[in-house]
Amino acid sequence: MSEVTENAGRLDAVAPAIELIGISKAFGPVQANKDISMTVAKGAIHGIVGENGAGKSTLMSILYGFYKADKGSVKIDGAPTVISDSHDAIAAGIGMVHQHFMLVENFTVLENVILGAEDGATLGSSRRRARKELKELADEYELDVNPDAVIEDISVGFQQRVEILKALYRQAEILILDEPTGVLTPDEADHLFRILRNLKEQGKTIVIITHKLREIMDVTDSVSVMRRGEMTKTIATATTSPEDLAEAMVGRRVLLEVDKKPAVVGETVMEVRDLSVTDIHGVKKLKHVSLELKRGEILGIAGVAGNGQSELLEVISGIGAATSGEVLMHGESIDVSKHANAQLRRHRGISHVPEDRHQRGLVMPFMTWENTAFGYHNEPEYSGKFGLANQKYMLEDARGKMERFDIRPVIPTLVAHHFSGGNQQKIVLAREIERNPDVLLIGQPTRGVDIGAIEFIHQQIVNLRDAGKAILLVSVELDEIQALSDRILVMFDGVIQGERMPEDTNEGELGLLMAGVDPEAQS
Amino acid sequence: MNKNLPKWVDLGLIPLLTLFLAFAVSGLVVMSIGQNPIEVVRVMIQGAFNPFGIGHTLYFTTNFIFTGLAVAVAFHARLFNIGGEGQAGIAGVGVTLIMLSVDWPHWTVALVAGTVAAMAFGAAWAAIPAYLQAKRGSHIVITTIMFNLIATAVVGYLLVGPLQAEGSLPESPKFPDGAALPTLHDILGVVGIEFDRFAPVNISFFLALIAALLVWILIWKTRLGYEMRAFGHSERAAVYAGISPMKITMVAMLISGALSGMMAVNTVQGEAERLVLGAVEGAGFIGIAVALMGRSHPVGVLLAAFLFGILTQGGAELQFALGIPAQMITVIQALIIMFTGSLENMVRIPLEKIFLNTGKRGQA
Amino acid sequence: MMDFLTNDLLQLSDSAIRFATPLLLACLAGLYSERAGIFDIGLEGKMLVAAFAAGAFSALAGMSVDDGGWNMGGAAVWVGLLAAIIASIIMAMIHAFASITLRGNQLISGVAINFFAAGITVLIGQYWFKMGGQTPQLHEGQRFEPIILPFAKSLQDVPVLGPVYHDLISGHNIIVYLSFVIVALTWLILYRTRFGLRMRAVGENPGAVDTAGISVVKLRYSALIITGILCGLAGAYLSLGTAAAGFGKDMTSGRGFIALAALIFAKWKPIPAMWATLLFGMLEAVGSKYQTLDLGFMVLPGQFMQALPYILTVVILAGFVGKAIPPKAGGEPYVKER
Repeated sequence: MSEVTENAGRLDAVAPAIELIGISKAFGPVQANKDISMTVAKGAIHGIVGENGAGKSTLMSILYGFYKADKGSVKIDGAPTVISDSHDAIAAGIGMVHQHFMLVENFTVLENVILGAEDGATLGSSRRRARKELKELADEYELDVNPDAVIEDISVGFQQRVEILKALYRQAEILILDEPTGVLTPDEADHLFRILRNLKEQGKTIVIITHKLREIMDVTDSVSVMRRGEMTKTIATATTSPEDLAEAMVGRRVLLEVDKKPAVVGETVMEVRDLSVTDIHGVKKLKHVSLELKRGEILGIAGVAGNGQSELLEVISGIGAATSGEVLMHGESIDVSKHANAQLRRHRGISHVPEDRHQRGLVMPFMTWENTAFGYHNEPEYSGKFGLANQKYMLEDARGKMERFDIRPVIPTLVAHHFSGGNQQKIVLAREIERNPDVLLIGQPTRGVDIGAIEFIHQQIVNLRDAGKAILLVSVELDEIQALSDRILVMFDGVIQGERMPEDTNEGELGLLMAGVDPEAQS
Repeated sequence: MNKNLPKWVDLGLIPLLTLFLAFAVSGLVVMSIGQNPIEVVRVMIQGAFNPFGIGHTLYFTTNFIFTGLAVAVAFHARLFNIGGEGQAGIAGVGVTLIMLSVDWPHWTVALVAGTVAAMAFGAAWAAIPAYLQAKRGSHIVITTIMFNLIATAVVGYLLVGPLQAEGSLPESPKFPDGAALPTLHDILGVVGIEFDRFAPVNISFFLALIAALLVWILIWKTRLGYEMRAFGHSERAAVYAGISPMKITMVAMLISGALSGMMAVNTVQGEAERLVLGAVEGAGFIGIAVALMGRSHPVGVLLAAFLFGILTQGGAELQFALGIPAQMITVIQALIIMFTGSLENMVRIPLEKIFLNTGKRGQA
Repeated sequence: MMDFLTNDLLQLSDSAIRFATPLLLACLAGLYSERAGIFDIGLEGKMLVAAFAAGAFSALAGMSVDDGGWNMGGAAVWVGLLAAIIASIIMAMIHAFASITLRGNQLISGVAINFFAAGITVLIGQYWFKMGGQTPQLHEGQRFEPIILPFAKSLQDVPVLGPVYHDLISGHNIIVYLSFVIVALTWLILYRTRFGLRMRAVGENPGAVDTAGISVVKLRYSALIITGILCGLAGAYLSLGTAAAGFGKDMTSGRGFIALAALIFAKWKPIPAMWATLLFGMLEAVGSKYQTLDLGFMVLPGQFMQALPYILTVVILAGFVGKAIPPKAGGEPYVKER
């Protein structure tokens, strides 16, 4: 397995920057890492890919001392190093940019950089030194940020820079980035990659965790693949392809395409007119959005997370309120004020698979039979007399749904926690699809779902379309949008930036639209 | 709550072990003030169950069922109602106002009127913190604490002012005779069973049992209870399902306040037959311990309330027999709250390790 | 009018400072705890235990050997103070163990501490002194005495400033002056030191602190030790520094909660905490000086003054007078994300 790495090691003729030997880690009954060994050459950009829950973040968190390995050892620059907490990791020259930034939101950039790396018991000299060094780092690596800006006032792209600056200020020689582009526009991602290449030229070693194969191909020198807590292979990037990596991630050949017939599009079911949303901080999240949704089509909404897609789904589904504009269903206006009622919305035939199934779609400590009626629990078939619930029917109904959607084990009294991500998503999907809605709103249908379940879920969505229903799909995965949609809208900064037919466009064009650039206007 | 432990461990063993620890530490406290724990237990049990004591034990149990249910109902909607003390206090004012306003013809009418008044006043006192939590995000723990203290001032003012009976004592006039509730002595007498005629336990005890049954139905069988539990587990999920946080917060707290308030039927109408200063006597706070120990389940609440009834009555006996201040019970109550409510992981983490290991061996 | 200013107002302000001192100390105690991410509704209990320890040990230390005491003379008061601080730290450490190490519910352990304090002080007090939970009356050497500041007497006749200096500023005991010093010290610690930076960070985002290589657990324990010390001072003031001269059952009588209210009022900041507690101290002073308050158009009962701090807190919490935003990580035990 490690022929390539060994070669890479010899080529360098210096000790590898990172050497992990036989790392194992269990969380309760879950074995997150099983006997993992990995080598990263000094000055390389190394990628780690794998599905959700494959153990990538755990492995890197162990390297960063955030978790303690049950077994195994670490060598940094050839020297055996014990890393029992983040303090040790920092001392060993390791820095990490977590997926969820570890910043104190009401602190300034400067305070965040100093925190934990102060010069002495008082702060005066730390502040002066940090201010000076931030300036130098900014000039060297294109990492400009205002040191006096408060974190909660700056964009995620800038927040990420602060995280990188934190690591560099601590003199990190090894930089780990966990899913760094998840929140970035393609443009910002490119900027990040420039910074990373720049760092590499200065001799720094970089490890990127991602599930986006394209990024791996673009930016890394070598790549490791993880599956179910094990490292399945490590290979030089130049000698592999996305297809090979995908296969290694899943363990079998994967259909990256969805099998579907051409759409038979009917009349308009839902119309969104001039919809705007302003949040409690006065930020405009949605700006005069209009769209039409027709029978028998999947309308895909592409865009980087946080560009108004969530708000759009929330308003249509009755969770959030619009500041202005209207939504028509079969030509009739529906309530989009703060008095809107999500149950009423369901009653009118609008079902909703939410973006976040842990926080919204399911009540995690609820049993499956309670979850399969969630949101519909006041519908007549689930209701008994005197405000009681018809629990007998709820149980039967849950069992049927579990069987039809292949949710295993078929035990309706099992709580949602017990199921895998894929099965949890299928519980939500079974509930929403089996209502036979006129409109299905669906956000991030396959986030955190294993690839086997992805195929099943995609097929269910296509089947619903073929049954003549209208589907509004929101996903930050461009691949998914392209594979499923019959028509694509791209959102940027609360505006619909453009509309394309999937057959007439490509990733490049969509990427530009997602960054707020109109390619047609440019040329 | 936990997926790694069998249900009997989660709901049976852990509460018992934490309770055992609480009692063990209580034993140490008893020894530290130079007393013999075994003697103390003997005196308490004897005091709580002798023919005179049992009537008091059940009387206190009644209070704790009400306040325990009150805390439990709020817990299901993830609301920590520390305001039982104030809600019960204000409910006492409500009972007093209605009892003094009419010359009651028969206790049945008086019972209904007293219960309605107690529930209404208790709920009203919970309504403001509930509204502020739901609408303005004011932390309900702090606001209910503040409302307890405000209630003390209000009741104090009324009992030396508008509601004060003639004389210098801070208490209201006695209620008309028609308002008096049948005691357990009266009730059991009908079927020919002898019971201490001076015992304060009265018909409210049965009211408490009915309340426990209704709470069980509410939480586990009704759609409202389903919505409350969903909201308690995840507010975001509740909103997604079209469950109004405002409605659930208000409803849960109103029910909670009403339950706390019902305690006043037992104490003010059933026992004292007038409003006196400090009528709640900490029962609102004991409700927290009762709900924690009873895992917010009505059956658990009944058992825990009975235990605290025994402790309270037995504790009073300690004073007579051994000269130990009644604060002994406050200490035990504190330790039970501490161990079952906050130190639970002391027991849970080792147990999880044990079960994980046996589980692994089972698989191998 | 001049009379009112010079006499009544000065006298009221003077007693406002006295009433404010324990509130201020407890409020600052809560500030450390809550800024570090531990909600502390157990201030009342910590203070009560401290007040008891102060009263009991000062009494014991001052008693003659024949009476079972240690005959320590003037050192007795310091023995009392030390005992108060130690007792309060023990309570704070129990709170810390429950909420930091065992990741238990912070509010519930706070409630438990309050009850434990209410019970144990009377139990032990009765066992030791057989006075129904009271501790013996404290005499000279067992209490903190007023300190007359330099020139207070000679400057007394200077118009306006003289009486202010003599009646208001001079003549308090050491803990009163100390508490105001601690306000300044707290400000410095919070905003100018490494410990303060880390403590503020751990109350907002413990993950950021952890990944910066700093121990969340140590930091939070340190903050709670300071909370213990300050509650110790507050409790000691009640039994050693007021006219009570000894411990009485439930002598904190809700001050821990008023301090909590003041902390919210002050938005978890030290200087505003001083003004908030002085305001609440003034309310208490007015309430104890006038049984009822005649405002001309209406008469307010004394109980209204008693309840006013609580009512004000509710109004503040309701966000009608500037929103009070607590430290973000407060109330939640820190568990590494998984």
